[in-house]
Amino acid sequence: MEDQILLTMRNITKTFPGVKALDKAGITLRKGEIHALMGENGAGKSTLIKVLTGVHPFDSGEIRIDGIEGPVVNHSPLDAQKKGIATVYQEVNLCPNLSVAENLFIGREPKTGLGFIDWRTMNKKAAKIMEDLDIDVDVALPLSNYSLAIQQMIAIARAVDMDCKILILDEPTSSLDDNEVSKLFKLMLHLKEEGVGIIFITHFLEQVYMVCDRITVLRNGQFIGEYSVSEMPRIKLVAAMLGKDFDDLASIKPEFGTTACEEIVVEAQGLSHKGTIKPFDFMIRKGEVVGVTGLLGSGRSEMVRCIYGADRAQTGTLKFKGKLLKAKAPIDSIKAGMGFLPDDRKAEGLIGDLSVRENIILAIQARQGINKTLSLAKQNELADQYIEMLNIKTASRETPVSQLSGGNQQKVILARWLCTHPDFLILDEPTRGIDIGTKTQFQKLMLKFAAEGMSVVFISSELEEMLRTCSRMCVMRDGEKVGEIEGEMTQESVMSAIAGGESK
Amino acid sequence: MKFIKKVTKLTLFLPLVCLVLVLLLNLIKDPGFFKIAVNNGVLYGRLIDILNRGSEIAILAIGQTLVVAASAGTDISVGSVMSISACFCCMLLAGFGVSSTETLRMPMIVGIIAGILLGGICGVFNGTLVAKLKIQPMIATLILFTAARAIGLLFCNNQITYIRYNPYKYLGNFIPGCPIPTSIFVTVFVIAVVAVLLKKTALGLYIQSVGINNRAARLLGINSDRICFLCYVICGLCAGIAGIVSSSRIYSADSNNIGLYYELDAILAVALGGNSLGGGKFNLYGSIVGAYTIQAINTTLLAMGVSTDQAPVVKAIIVVAIVTVQSPVFRSWISRPNRQKPVEKEAVRV
Repeated sequence: MEDQILLTMRNITKTFPGVKALDKAGITLRKGEIHALMGENGAGKSTLIKVLTGVHPFDSGEIRIDGIEGPVVNHSPLDAQKKGIATVYQEVNLCPNLSVAENLFIGREPKTGLGFIDWRTMNKKAAKIMEDLDIDVDVALPLSNYSLAIQQMIAIARAVDMDCKILILDEPTSSLDDNEVSKLFKLMLHLKEEGVGIIFITHFLEQVYMVCDRITVLRNGQFIGEYSVSEMPRIKLVAAMLGKDFDDLASIKPEFGTTACEEIVVEAQGLSHKGTIKPFDFMIRKGEVVGVTGLLGSGRSEMVRCIYGADRAQTGTLKFKGKLLKAKAPIDSIKAGMGFLPDDRKAEGLIGDLSVRENIILAIQARQGINKTLSLAKQNELADQYIEMLNIKTASRETPVSQLSGGNQQKVILARWLCTHPDFLILDEPTRGIDIGTKTQFQKLMLKFAAEGMSVVFISSELEEMLRTCSRMCVMRDGEKVGEIEGEMTQESVMSAIAGGESK
Repeated sequence: MKFIKKVTKLTLFLPLVCLVLVLLLNLIKDPGFFKIAVNNGVLYGRLIDILNRGSEIAILAIGQTLVVAASAGTDISVGSVMSISACFCCMLLAGFGVSSTETLRMPMIVGIIAGILLGGICGVFNGTLVAKLKIQPMIATLILFTAARAIGLLFCNNQITYIRYNPYKYLGNFIPGCPIPTSIFVTVFVIAVVAVLLKKTALGLYIQSVGINNRAARLLGINSDRICFLCYVICGLCAGIAGIVSSSRIYSADSNNIGLYYELDAILAVALGGNSLGGGKFNLYGSIVGAYTIQAINTTLLAMGVSTDQAPVVKAIIVVAIVTVQSPVFRSWISRPNRQKPVEKEAVRV
């Protein structure tokens, strides 16, 4: 039975209050295959897995598992485990202070006749399992003695020993180095030979092409397609994930001429932050809009955070308007004339319980220093001015900002930076999760600011937006800046740059 | 109707109502509760008593409010810091090892300021642990909670040091010729200083921002760690002042008893004032009202003749009632018929 189907999920729909997380999503997993589940953030990968493992109930659709009559509904992760579905997450859910053997058998330890734990049998069995899977560890040592990769493999070994037929690996490689990744892949291939079906979630394209047999792509909660890896060139995969069928798309001409002059505003050389972004160079001129593109996790946000000083650069130099800028904390960058709209609005942008007015004036107040308070009249004036200019929909300027809709919250943060009149503004995913009308407004504003002499760095998951606004794009891949594209940019050229490698 | 709605919506409304209720409770039992008389040229009466005796809790509550707002944690060392400040002050004034003195070794003001500054240094220690080393506030302040009182005992050579020098009694009692207890002036002074600090600088806005969203505050240019640190220092200074007042009342440094369990009252005052112990938005005046509410309960129990052994039980019952009335669940339950549930916030995509 080459093509025995282990698992079918079909037409799965799942609604959270206000959001349709899954809309007819699905996946088909066969015996002995490694199946990549791909999609951008918010595509519904995690939700699909959580529906399968019983973390979330689903609204409609059907799950079938080989060997079980009729449709299956799992009510809890334990339920799913009993049916042979095991999940290993990025963070290892084991006990680091227990031994490897204890971790393998926790909750189902072999017992002696008297009901005590039979340590000898347990260690022997554990050693056998490790040997079978070709993992070189001493099972009596605490788990914390081993690297994250080994810990992850032990988590997998535990799952396999519990008779799992379907193994789900949710971004297991994101915190591993190359060497560790290849060890993990060896284990995955080994399991594949034994007939386990593996669902592999990752953001790294390279890795998909290294181990996977098939790919299922989700986008906006919908099933987009199932492809065989050997027949799916990278560029087509990226297109499927981003939702652009580039064959059909005529290239978009920029609607404006470049207004950039020669004055260089920011010049970075060899900046890096350990663990997030490899050394990169970056330069932007006055009045320029530069895009930073790449898949999620490619280092887009990390690069701009490093320039802004949100993550302090460990190497390299940054010149701002010709002067060396050593930012110890964001306040130094703000004083120099930078602004930064972070991608995670809730966690890093908004001060939720404070009013719209307070949220708007915070950055300019911080720049002025704690002793020079803005008078309430001045605060009101600034708040009213930007509420009107950006058309922020709020009951009043004293409304807590957390009560506003996503798009309006984003405008409040934009207003916060605009009132500091920055020379250099970084916008990381300003348009995520907001409606089309506001998106267009953001794009227009960006071009307006640039025309007035502001330099803007723009990051968006939507290529179209960037093509429309940016005169140049930095391309990021796997935590590294791999190049820049300039001049005539098309969806196709950008996508192939993102995908990298030889176009297959 | 509109006026009532407006008033009930004020953040200070509920804490004030609770305070008034506790006071009114006394009327039933003792109509003379509110009587204020002049005896020997000074004011006497239960109300004056509450204002006087509540000073320490009120001063502590000011510092505690800032700490809670900025770090979403509590400083449990304030009671012990009161003790160490008092002991240090008395040691300087009397000299080490002296158990009773009528003449001072140095000007009184120097000793008092040194005692208050030591409180500030304790705040520096707490602030460093919490803001720089990111130790949980309760654990960080637990160190001084246990150690400060013992160090105070060392300062006083394991005995009670008496300062039998009349001006030293002024702070905790009366200045001759003034009918109002001095501690009330001290409290008003501390409140005024902090209020001006919050009004004239952006400190209040910064503290709230840091307390609500530490990461966002840092990204928009606020030095989150420094603000948090500063709150602990202010809290330490407040504890130092409260300690000196407390010591002046008994014109001695009684390390084992000064400020005993005051940290609990200070935290309670913050909560009674309608502030969230989860940090973020705060109302300084609410905490102060809370502090006097606690003292009002204490005085009431005393006036009603509840024995000191049983007083905590009654106090606990009253506190439970007040906290329940102020809880959001209770409030929404009360106003359910005429108010709709708040609109569900935008769901986050998973």
